[in-house]
Amino acid sequence: MAEPVTSSNPGRYAIGSAATAERPITRIILMSVAFAFLAIFLVMPLVIVFTEAFSRGLAPFWENLADPDTLSAIRLTLIVAAISVPLNLVFGVAAAWAIAKFEFKGKAFLITLIDLPFSVSPVISGLVYVLLFGSTSLLGPWLKMHGIVILFAVPGIVLATVFVTFPFVARELIPLMQEQGTGDEEAALSLGANGWQTFWFVTLPNIKWGLLYGVLLCNARAMGEFGAVSVVSGHIRGVTNTMPLHVEILYNEYNAVGAFAVASLLAGLALVTLVLKTLLEMRYGEELAATRGH
Amino acid sequence: MSTTPAQAGWRFKAPSVIPGFGLTLGFSLAYLTLIILIPLAGLLLRSASLGWADFWAIATDERTVKALEISFGTAIVAALVNVVFGTIVAWILVRYRFPGRRIVDAMVDLPFALPTAVAGIALTTLYAPNGWIGHLLMPLGIKVAYTPLGIVIALIFIGLPFVVRTVQPIIEEIDKEVEEAAATLGANRWQTISRVLLPGLAPAIVTGFALAFARGVGEYGSVIFIAGNLPYVSEIAPLLIVIRLEEYDYAAATAIASIMLGLSFAMLLVINLIQSWSRKRYG
Repeated sequence: MAEPVTSSNPGRYAIGSAATAERPITRIILMSVAFAFLAIFLVMPLVIVFTEAFSRGLAPFWENLADPDTLSAIRLTLIVAAISVPLNLVFGVAAAWAIAKFEFKGKAFLITLIDLPFSVSPVISGLVYVLLFGSTSLLGPWLKMHGIVILFAVPGIVLATVFVTFPFVARELIPLMQEQGTGDEEAALSLGANGWQTFWFVTLPNIKWGLLYGVLLCNARAMGEFGAVSVVSGHIRGVTNTMPLHVEILYNEYNAVGAFAVASLLAGLALVTLVLKTLLEMRYGEELAATRGH
Repeated sequence: MSTTPAQAGWRFKAPSVIPGFGLTLGFSLAYLTLIILIPLAGLLLRSASLGWADFWAIATDERTVKALEISFGTAIVAALVNVVFGTIVAWILVRYRFPGRRIVDAMVDLPFALPTAVAGIALTTLYAPNGWIGHLLMPLGIKVAYTPLGIVIALIFIGLPFVVRTVQPIIEEIDKEVEEAAATLGANRWQTISRVLLPGLAPAIVTGFALAFARGVGEYGSVIFIAGNLPYVSEIAPLLIVIRLEEYDYAAATAIASIMLGLSFAMLLVINLIQSWSRKRYG
């Protein structure tokens, strides 16, 4: 089953001789090790989510999903994603435009700052907002006086989600737009298009698949975020519980079927994300930055 | 800002006919400042206002030290495991052709897409004493769930794609001629791999290790279910932050968070240095 690469990629690996490929026995060992590892660490966790969710049959699965608290968690997760993803989408496009289309001082530093949320623990991403808006902060008393509720409510959950998903769209677009250069835009401008026309009719069509790719990953993280949201949510059942937080609550109440029923929805979302991502890479690989290993 | 040169010939921005620089950069900086920089600066300010003595007392508290040791220790072990298996997976995906390769390739990204809480309860169920894997390990006397080993398992899951996705493109770029040259000069396959190929992959492997490690140190969702969360034994630093917050001990939560941030930024710096060094060396 494992033949050396010869036919499928002839230009590159045309010479599949013994000198530049592993011996068959080595190949079999390497592949067995890799498959065993992937089966244990990737396939089994995925499979068990669905087996546990349906372990008592379909009826308990549906009952758990139809629970009002579950439905409200699903609604909240959708609302949070619907606010935070567009925010980071607009930011990603703006940041990529400034960084890719212009040369200015401090650009590398700016890119590092954009990547910052990736290296911050999710718990800290939530904590910073607790410190900023909590009752012991400078803003706390003022917010309370004006009746503005941010923490342990939807605004706090949105902020924490925006924080953790901040780099996704920008990270995908920056290398892509840098590679595309400014030639197309300059041509459009010289033909009389204004800035917005140039963006809508020239730049956007060039980056649309990369943009979709970034939004896809951003959305998956936004709907699945646990640590940051957990810190700012307050865990009020039916009010500030997102789907991942609801999974935790059900699990800790020893309602395994319920926890895995909600988890199976999230796992389904992950699978759909992976399928769409793979389709995008197969179909539009040339127009995506992420597939070129920047 | 763009029109005030600090010295003759110094420009903040190179001239361009493309519009929208002020708008997009201004918006990006404002958004970045509001969402990321001010909240992070608030954390550091709050931590600085603690005073050195208080900060030091929290930082050297035995429970804090243990939690940091556990977080960093398990993250290093998991990243090392991922370096070995992640590199093998990347090698197989690039060099071998087998049915379903595309699916296996896509599956590698599962830990990026699967919410951490889902991964947490799935791994816990697998490795619990009566779970699919747990009941096989029980007779061998190996306990995974509710021990530090469980933390390592969760972090291996979380970190795998970082290593594979860093190493894979570099393997794709390897010039077959280098291997042919080594073989022509009499090297056997193992010598070619260990003396010729691996040194070229080393920067990517180190970067993958650093990324997996950095992610593992801060990981929370997938770990807390499987760890058992026993103070001094299997309690990770992010969980200790949450516990301190729930006790309204904001000072301790802030201090632990800034220690973790400091260490993560040091990591980020190292990653950038490695990348620029390897870019210079391997172009």
